[in-house]
Amino acid sequence: MSEEKIKQELEDKFVYLKDAVTIQRKGRIFVQVPLSKFEEVFVYAVKQMHFLALSAITGSDRVEYFEVIYHLNQEGKILLNLCVSLNKEDPQVKSVIAYCPSADIYERELMDLLGIKVSGLAQGHRYPLTDDWPKGEYPLRKDWKAHTHHEEAQNA
Amino acid sequence: MHESGDVKIPIGPQHPALKEPESFLISLRGEKITASSVRLGYNHRGIEKACEERTYTQGLYLIERICGICSHSHSTCFVQAIEEIAGILVPGRAKYLRTLIAELERIHSHLLWLGVAGHEIGFDTLLMYTWRDREVVMDLLATLTGNRVNYGINTIGGVRRDISLKQKEDVLKGIDILEERTKYYIELAKNETTLLKRLQGVGVLSHEDAKKLDAVGPTGRASGIARDVRKDDPYASYAELDFKVISVNNCDVYGRTLVRLGELMESFSLVRQVIRKIPDGPILVKAPRKIPAGQAVSRYEAPRGEDLHYVRANGTEKPDRVKVRAPTLANIQSVSKMLEDRYLADMPIVIAAIDPCFSCTDRLISIRDTHKNEKNTVVWETIRLKGIAWYKDRGVDFTALNKKLTKLF
Repeated sequence: MSEEKIKQELEDKFVYLKDAVTIQRKGRIFVQVPLSKFEEVFVYAVKQMHFLALSAITGSDRVEYFEVIYHLNQEGKILLNLCVSLNKEDPQVKSVIAYCPSADIYERELMDLLGIKVSGLAQGHRYPLTDDWPKGEYPLRKDWKAHTHHEEAQNA
Repeated sequence: MHESGDVKIPIGPQHPALKEPESFLISLRGEKITASSVRLGYNHRGIEKACEERTYTQGLYLIERICGICSHSHSTCFVQAIEEIAGILVPGRAKYLRTLIAELERIHSHLLWLGVAGHEIGFDTLLMYTWRDREVVMDLLATLTGNRVNYGINTIGGVRRDISLKQKEDVLKGIDILEERTKYYIELAKNETTLLKRLQGVGVLSHEDAKKLDAVGPTGRASGIARDVRKDDPYASYAELDFKVISVNNCDVYGRTLVRLGELMESFSLVRQVIRKIPDGPILVKAPRKIPAGQAVSRYEAPRGEDLHYVRANGTEKPDRVKVRAPTLANIQSVSKMLEDRYLADMPIVIAAIDPCFSCTDRLISIRDTHKNEKNTVVWETIRLKGIAWYKDRGVDFTALNKKLTKLF
């Protein structure tokens, strides 16, 4: 399936995705998905469009909001990047582990490094920070600075 | 699931059977593994965060140091993303040189793996043979780039060193030797009882499980998933080169061995094609210091599988976000499946068979020296100076090493 056809199918199926799908180049599609509709788009992409493999999940702090990007691929060829924005007061996403078991470690990374809550993820080891990492410190947030962290650790 | 009646053995984070720190909790019933879980993060160094506080060029040197084995994989993946955002058209010659170093790196990495696999099954002769042969490709990398591991060949917009006619001849000579050796190892893999008995049926990962768990690289290809970024989403000069994606349906450690041996043969062919086809022209175009706002996802087939970098630029000279997903992180989740219902004694080779690289996988936070109860932040410069002083104290003369390398060819 070509990039154009994928874009068309997504726009036809989900009216709210009109103007939200961008073909950046061959093999790279970015889609801005409203958080409330994320699950239905994700499930459709995995089950109906055969984007069966999850390459990674990227979380980032966009200052006003958090962004989570799910990098899905179809037979290793086309990357479909589903982007969702989360508010900063209560950043929360649903786990996609039921559809992509490999999501486990990427979702734990979101929790550890950005403090994004992932609902539906079973209890387990944290990743990648240490067990004694201070509560409420999320290194990939823009307001977290390494030197401040060290000064506080030294003073403690 | 770990059950209460089973014996639980923690293996790691520091353990003689592991080459890097990671921690496994194994539940045993007799000699059989009933459940296993893995805890990662011991090599976390803060590279993604550190990249946000450095310029793109500084970040490139840091990214190259994510891994000491597949350093070129990470640096290429990173520069490709930046070049895509900035719309930089990399010259053809630079793309071919990136491909050349990439394939030489794959050769050294796969030979290294073969040695480790030999060692893990008590076949240390194989380790000695392969690591001796690997020196040929390490020397080639050193003559081409100046370094055995962190090559520093990539820069934004191209590469930093050209290849001379003499170097091309040296590469071809080295490849001939290694091809002969690899043919011998392929014969060995087909006929040597020790290898067959110790690798066949061990660490089984079915095709369905490999697909479900998104296994990548030789781990996936040994379970019949014929995916390779070089073919599926070509970068550098791979679209212009002819090669096969090696995949088998053995689904075990033996299959992973066959895939890597087959890939070595493909890499020799790719190196020869690159030397034959490399176009003339510049090796570098000037890149702006400030990268315009934008984002890109770059993929690269590292020796261990798909490497993925996401970079977002904000118009300044520093990136807004750099995300690295190394292949080991994709493959580590299959290990528990491979260990299920296997013997404890198989564990070292099963883990080694995904060719894990935890330096690639874990990437965060500044180092604190708590020696003598003093807490100091150790900066890169101090580490570098300590390294130089350490070698100097022991009389290591790099000039002599260079002379030795020149003599070899």
